[in-house]
Amino acid sequence: MKNSEVISEIDDILEQYPKGPESLLPVLEDIQERFNYLSEDALKTVSEKLQIPLNQVYSVSTFYNVFSLEPKGKYIVQVCMGTACHVRGAPAVLEEAERFLKIKRGKTSKDKKYTLETVNCVGACALGPIMIVNGKYHGHMVANNVKKILKEYK
Amino acid sequence: MKFKDIEEFKVKQKELAKDFEKVNKKISVCAGTGCRASGSLLVIEAFKNEIKEKKLDVELLLKETGCHGFCERGPLVVIYPEKIFYSKVKPEDVPEIIQETIGKGNVIERLLYEDPQTKEKITYENNVTFYNSQDRYIFGKNGQIDPTKIEDYIALDGYRALVKVLSNMNSEQVIDEISKSGLRGRGGAGFPTGTKWKLCRQENSDIKYIICNGDEGDPGAFMDRSLLEGNPHSILEGMIIGAYAIGACKGYIYVRREYPLAVKHLKIAIEQAREWGFLGKNILGTDFSFDIEIFQGAGAFVCGEETGLLASIEGKTGEPRPRPPYPAQKGLWGKPTNINNVKTWANVPLIISKGAEWYSKIGTKSSKGTMIFSLVGKVNNTGLIEVPMGITLREIIFGIGGGIPNGKKFKAVQTGGPSGGCIPESKLDTPVDYEELMQLGSIMGSGGMIVMDEDNCMVDVARYFLSFLVEESCGKCTPCREGVYQLYKIVDRITKGEGEEGDIELLEELSETIKDASLCAFGKTAPNPVLSTIRYFHDEYKAHIVDKKCPAGVCTALFEYRIDPELCTACGICRKNCPVNAIEGEKKVAHVIIQEKCTKCGICYSVCPFDAIKKV
Repeated sequence: MKNSEVISEIDDILEQYPKGPESLLPVLEDIQERFNYLSEDALKTVSEKLQIPLNQVYSVSTFYNVFSLEPKGKYIVQVCMGTACHVRGAPAVLEEAERFLKIKRGKTSKDKKYTLETVNCVGACALGPIMIVNGKYHGHMVANNVKKILKEYK
Repeated sequence: MKFKDIEEFKVKQKELAKDFEKVNKKISVCAGTGCRASGSLLVIEAFKNEIKEKKLDVELLLKETGCHGFCERGPLVVIYPEKIFYSKVKPEDVPEIIQETIGKGNVIERLLYEDPQTKEKITYENNVTFYNSQDRYIFGKNGQIDPTKIEDYIALDGYRALVKVLSNMNSEQVIDEISKSGLRGRGGAGFPTGTKWKLCRQENSDIKYIICNGDEGDPGAFMDRSLLEGNPHSILEGMIIGAYAIGACKGYIYVRREYPLAVKHLKIAIEQAREWGFLGKNILGTDFSFDIEIFQGAGAFVCGEETGLLASIEGKTGEPRPRPPYPAQKGLWGKPTNINNVKTWANVPLIISKGAEWYSKIGTKSSKGTMIFSLVGKVNNTGLIEVPMGITLREIIFGIGGGIPNGKKFKAVQTGGPSGGCIPESKLDTPVDYEELMQLGSIMGSGGMIVMDEDNCMVDVARYFLSFLVEESCGKCTPCREGVYQLYKIVDRITKGEGEEGDIELLEELSETIKDASLCAFGKTAPNPVLSTIRYFHDEYKAHIVDKKCPAGVCTALFEYRIDPELCTACGICRKNCPVNAIEGEKKVAHVIIQEKCTKCGICYSVCPFDAIKKV
């Protein structure tokens, strides 16, 4: 996608909100949802249009967990590390996912295929431990079936 | 439709209630997040197809509802009016349900819930142990209404509390009623709601705000989400009444972006409330005006703190600030603001409808009403429960929760989220209320309740919460930012077998400083998981520090996996499953784990059919 197209999409998002600081989070959230990350250009455009200093835009985008400054992979693998999942063995599931994908938590594989994330509870504790791949829930996980499930996402 | 006045509402309400009752049979399928994750949307699809095929009316027969609470057994299907309770329903079961249960009134044995203790099959929801010891005043309508239909909510007496307020109560009377009820903030701190409202009411300002705090960030807690998803109008009604009492013109619902279904249902509910005249200018024809907007949080635990939440709406990082001034004096954009948790707002219509006197009879001397907990972890009946304050932890875990799975021994229950504490077996007969939990070194919190068994290591649990808190600390004040990090480093060292004599004392001393010197409740309560585990599980800390052992077999640096050659049948399953080829062996020769290669992932331990692999 060309830079100008990206900017024009960001402009479209900005148009839905009033100018001013109260729109900063919603705008960044929409951009994150659309592009999966916040690019430098995106931050600059938002700063300019909402008339908020770039350093405030940057500090907000690094403060909240939802935002990422790096592009994410095709498959986003999330391992729930909520308390209920933790006591039911989530750490072993996460370690196995790290080993199989050959990336650490929070990282994206070089081929941009996988991003491995941890999340603090998705509120489906009855199914814990849970691994979510691009929104699909895999419940009652054990380290042993991580490989089998991840192999399906090529 | 838009009600021009209260009389018009009353007529329509009667009509809707009659329509709701008229339908003979109704199939209620849980479409809350938990059941969706178990596949309930496929079950709903199957019902729709089957009902259409049988030329029956989908609209009348099928109810897609919010969370019923018993997530462990999802997808859940309840057949009204008898409340026949089917659990773990699959799309394949649907034609039989339509033909047998709906068509002929027969119960399908196979889909019934089996009590784990008595092994008895239970037909009706009211007889399931998980439900029959609960008092579901707030949460009960979730299973009956479609959260996207305002008609359902109104049919079951919804918005009648608002009408009562608008027709014959002034704002002081409303605040008085809430004060008399004894309602306290359900977000965790337990501040009396009536007093909080009064403080904001007293402020002189042309603009006042109210906020619903739905930034439910405690891992293991999803009560607020289930209410927002399953009964959004009850929150709106509570807020409208609150706005009337306080004199607010605008409200915000702050909800996590991670809760897309809650956001969707809230948006629909707000739209409908505007259309029907419960929100906007001149509500129900009176001169009272008020509107609500949704604000989506971006994933920061500290935004659950009032002032952090306000900063977040103002487009800043969610850093708390010193109080006073309290939000009631200077809140959002510097205007008086009242913030309450989702559950607190949901209690308001109930109190107004049934009266403070009725409400204050539920609960203990200092904690009134019911509390919604998410009962999760190592417990048979995982799910959301609503119980009167004063019920004991034992009744919750061993009664409603059905005890610990796989015959394991109970070890601790963690309440209050990351700022809470771990409560041991010896304290299980403690009645649950704000003060009692505080005395045990924990807090009520927002309602997370995580059960742990003998296989959980309490030092590891403390380490887990600290790592969470280190990440979520906003970093503004030094005691929290640096202090909690040091706590984490010490506990982490202990779990790796590098603990030293004096570590426990150091943890305690540091904790006291963090509690005293931190800016907000986040830091002030952050040491709770460490202090409560030291208090009740001192021996386990000692075992890690002195003996370099993890009695529960969790801290991987403190044990090795070994194969017992006597028990090993050389089946080779462990060898095939080992992801790092650390197991050697051949046919008829007992296998061996090469310790240098072993990463202690535990896969061999879980797959061995002969229990030949031991933690030593």
